[in-house]
Amino acid sequence: MNTFDTATWFAYLACAVCFVIGLHLMNAPHTARRGNLLSAGAMAVAVCTAVARAARAGGTGTVVWILLAAGIAVGSAAGVVLARRVRMTAMPQLVSLFNAVGGGAALLISLTQALTVRGTGLPARVSAPLVLGLAIGSVTLSGSLVAAGKLQGLVSGAPVRVPGRRALGAVSLLAALGTAVWFVADPGDDVSVFVLLVVALAYGLLLALPIGGADMPVVISLLNAFTGLAVAMAGLVVDDLVLIIAGALVGAAGSILTGLMAKAMNRSVGAIVAGGFGTSGGTGPSGPAAGRPVHVTEADDAAVQLAYAHKVVIVPGYGLAVAHAEHEVAALARFLGERGIDVAFAIHPVAGRMPGHMNVLLAEANVPYEQFIDMDQANSRFAQTDVALVVGANDVTNPAARRPGTAISGMPILDVDAAKSVVVIKRSLGHGYAGIDNDLFTNPRTSMFFADAKAGLTALLGSVRTLVG
Amino acid sequence: MSTNLLIDITVLVLSLLVGFEVISKVPATLHTPLMSAANAIHGVVLVGVITVAGLAGGPLAYALVTLAAVFAAMNVVGGFVVTDRMLGMFRDAPSADPAPAPAPAPAPAREPPVADDRAE
Repeated sequence: MNTFDTATWFAYLACAVCFVIGLHLMNAPHTARRGNLLSAGAMAVAVCTAVARAARAGGTGTVVWILLAAGIAVGSAAGVVLARRVRMTAMPQLVSLFNAVGGGAALLISLTQALTVRGTGLPARVSAPLVLGLAIGSVTLSGSLVAAGKLQGLVSGAPVRVPGRRALGAVSLLAALGTAVWFVADPGDDVSVFVLLVVALAYGLLLALPIGGADMPVVISLLNAFTGLAVAMAGLVVDDLVLIIAGALVGAAGSILTGLMAKAMNRSVGAIVAGGFGTSGGTGPSGPAAGRPVHVTEADDAAVQLAYAHKVVIVPGYGLAVAHAEHEVAALARFLGERGIDVAFAIHPVAGRMPGHMNVLLAEANVPYEQFIDMDQANSRFAQTDVALVVGANDVTNPAARRPGTAISGMPILDVDAAKSVVVIKRSLGHGYAGIDNDLFTNPRTSMFFADAKAGLTALLGSVRTLVG
Repeated sequence: MSTNLLIDITVLVLSLLVGFEVISKVPATLHTPLMSAANAIHGVVLVGVITVAGLAGGPLAYALVTLAAVFAAMNVVGGFVVTDRMLGMFRDAPSADPAPAPAPAPAPAREPPVADDRAE
């Protein structure tokens, strides 16, 4: 190994170390930004190193360099514009889109590699990861695009039932496997590559189309893990350690989040991927649960409860994200905080449309992160809470989860019913994603304030202001 | 099996373990930025694009490489920028320590929210 190779090797090693440290710094809000910048810096070094290596190897023609430079310029410009303009509510779509293009790039690497060896042999050590990278990258590309389309409202958010989907899925998996083996056996024949490409893209569609809106956090995490693996496979194809390491790190991150999200929804990843139950939520039949009375309240009464409380815990849910009410809830929390009331936000892991989305929405609305409490902290706090204000959350507060024999039994929930009183802002008594009645709504200590999250919070803040202002 | 492949597989497995170890400690508050940062990190695929570009010959391969470069660059640059923007919004309670809290020159006006509400 000559000096140049050694130097670039160490440069790559340093990049890999920085990625790990960068991710490690994401452990706490005050170091996270530094961690991200460190990773970004390492990425710049990795790209420069790759350019230096390619230039020294000398295989890259001038035309290709120009094309690469142009492609990078266009892609970077598009990335910056999207990243700077996106609203925080649209973050899940953007993350999905970036995920899609990442998977797309991984698949294109495999494809380019396969086409350049046309008619010649390719050792199995390259062809095996090549087909894997191609297949996983294609699934991610089409799957993430569908997910982004659903989140953006371009594709119906409801689960799309594809007739005979399971059979189709099984057939495409077998077809993918068959073509993959075909290519590994005969890498000179690139027809197999194109067949595999088409089959894998179709499989991505089959995977994402039937998934309902509320399962999105799981799907986005899963696709993120897939892209990581696709990149690691691309790393095996081009024999590049930095790709392997970074891809594996991302694969691990995605897998962890997938597991956490699935657990928080009380569903197995397999069940979600196999197709959701129910629809995307909020449309179930209305009507008081089991005929028990529901205490209905108005903004003025709820305002009295809040204004004279000492400790308030706000439980924001999917409905708040959908209604774009994060600024209203933040304004209410700020006003109560100024009045000396102790306010915290109890955030369930699957609140919002991607892991941790609710925290970002509230952070954008200037809620300091010290006010965010996770499920465990919240549950030890509800007993001392005067008012728990539930905004647009349903299943994650349903005490039925603690009983056996319901659709959500065993699901980790926020024990809102332990608070001294509960105010629920919700449009109707409609069912949540799980499609069952929520016992919380008929609890004698619960008052239901029927309103859209945004309008309800605005009215509530107005009433609190007139009451104590 | 070649030594190269064995090394690559070893690195892959160990990196997965390191990833699990490092990332399982990230609090729920930071899950979105974490995912977005991880997303940006898989933009390292750009390195792969540059490497594989050396093999490209013929118009089809040129087109594939160019498209791959667009995709990868968008992934990596956009990913890091959006993560930074998101993390910039996570702030401490205002009352805690007013003086050293924000950076000396907070951008005079955060870019105004772009009015694409309707899309949602």
